[in-house]
Amino acid sequence: MMQCPKCHAQMQTYNRNGVQIEQCGGCRGIFLDYGELESLTRLESQWTQQAPPAPAPPVAPQAYPAAPAPAWGAPQHPQHQGGHYGHHRQKGFGRMLFSS
Amino acid sequence: MTTTAVVRALGDLAHESAHPRAASCDCAPAQVLADRADGAVVRRGRIVAKAHAPDTDGPALTSRLALAATPALAGVLLPPLPAPRSGDPSRPGPAQTYVQGRPVTLWPHGAPVDPSDPDAAPWEAAAVLLARLHGTAPPGPLPPMRGPAKAALAVARMRAARPGDPATRPVLAAWHGLPAWARDEGPTPAHRAGFLCHGDLHLGQLVRHPAPHGPWLLIDVDDSGLGDAAWDLARPAAWYAAGLLPPGIWLRFLNAYRSARGPAVRGGGDPWPELDVPARALTVQTAALAFAKSTAEGRRPDEVEQMMIDACARIASLPPELAVERPS
Repeated sequence: MMQCPKCHAQMQTYNRNGVQIEQCGGCRGIFLDYGELESLTRLESQWTQQAPPAPAPPVAPQAYPAAPAPAWGAPQHPQHQGGHYGHHRQKGFGRMLFSS
Repeated sequence: MTTTAVVRALGDLAHESAHPRAASCDCAPAQVLADRADGAVVRRGRIVAKAHAPDTDGPALTSRLALAATPALAGVLLPPLPAPRSGDPSRPGPAQTYVQGRPVTLWPHGAPVDPSDPDAAPWEAAAVLLARLHGTAPPGPLPPMRGPAKAALAVARMRAARPGDPATRPVLAAWHGLPAWARDEGPTPAHRAGFLCHGDLHLGQLVRHPAPHGPWLLIDVDDSGLGDAAWDLARPAAWYAAGLLPPGIWLRFLNAYRSARGPAVRGGGDPWPELDVPARALTVQTAALAFAKSTAEGRRPDEVEQMMIDACARIASLPPELAVERPS
């Protein structure tokens, strides 16, 4: 297990879109290995290229109007189901859906 | 372990209820569906036996079982089977059977939601069942819905598991920002109270009966009673607000509830004036249990649990004037 170079708490490894990143459990800082920043940048540009062209976006069956959320809600990502959420749902969220 | 004895006794009770004792049988072996201090559940063929928590309020359980059996809620709540015959003979009381001091009830088996496929979960059916429950006039005297009590218990568990831990501060701060009624420290405001509520809605509380293709029904009335109907929408609302439940699924659930004329939220527009307090309470409850469970398992909160804890930090940092209902 890695130690945070800043606050010396334990760091935990997460996998984001195939890129391993370490996050500190104390200060929440993030450590990237050599090449990981480039991998993330590449993924981001792929995402941007995949985005629909500006004129007349097609009516997708999963496109919903923005749902009202409370002031304390997580920052909303203007993405369809799957991308941002699929990652979490494969992990502990499936369990959370079924527990008191 | 007493829990093994309870599980064995439940299996026997379920089996005896399935057919006469003398009959030969090819029943499937007992299947443990849950084995927790607050509920052990064992299936034997078409029958499920449940041992409730040892500290269960007997008269309250009787009222809740009557609620599940009430004809007005046929097609909404799974009705119980007649009380099992045997049990602990040393325990007095005419109607209720006990196993090791825990009241036991019998239920028909229903097919649960597939945990490996949450995308196929019956969100609309759940919403319509809740709307029907909330819209039904209480058939008789009932105890309060236990939602706020469960939230308070979760916070107490967290405090016991991680006393004084600074990491739990945002959860406690979010908790103390809630109005007293939502912390189980005061009566529910009159304009919110009086609805029939399930009290502990999640995807494990739905089964198809008869299995496997019957209609969806709500199960587990242990926390049901009278209270704020918005509490039953608040767990999905909290998951959505934390960024865990996709907006599309949240809207399917909310819109199905509104289409079925559920009374917990206004019919259109922003539902958060009604949802805010219960969803904050469920966020605290989930985060507190995440701390309690991860500590018991000797690990850190996982990524999903951390998102609920992070939501508590945002709640705690909220300027009081943005809260819909002030703490009291």
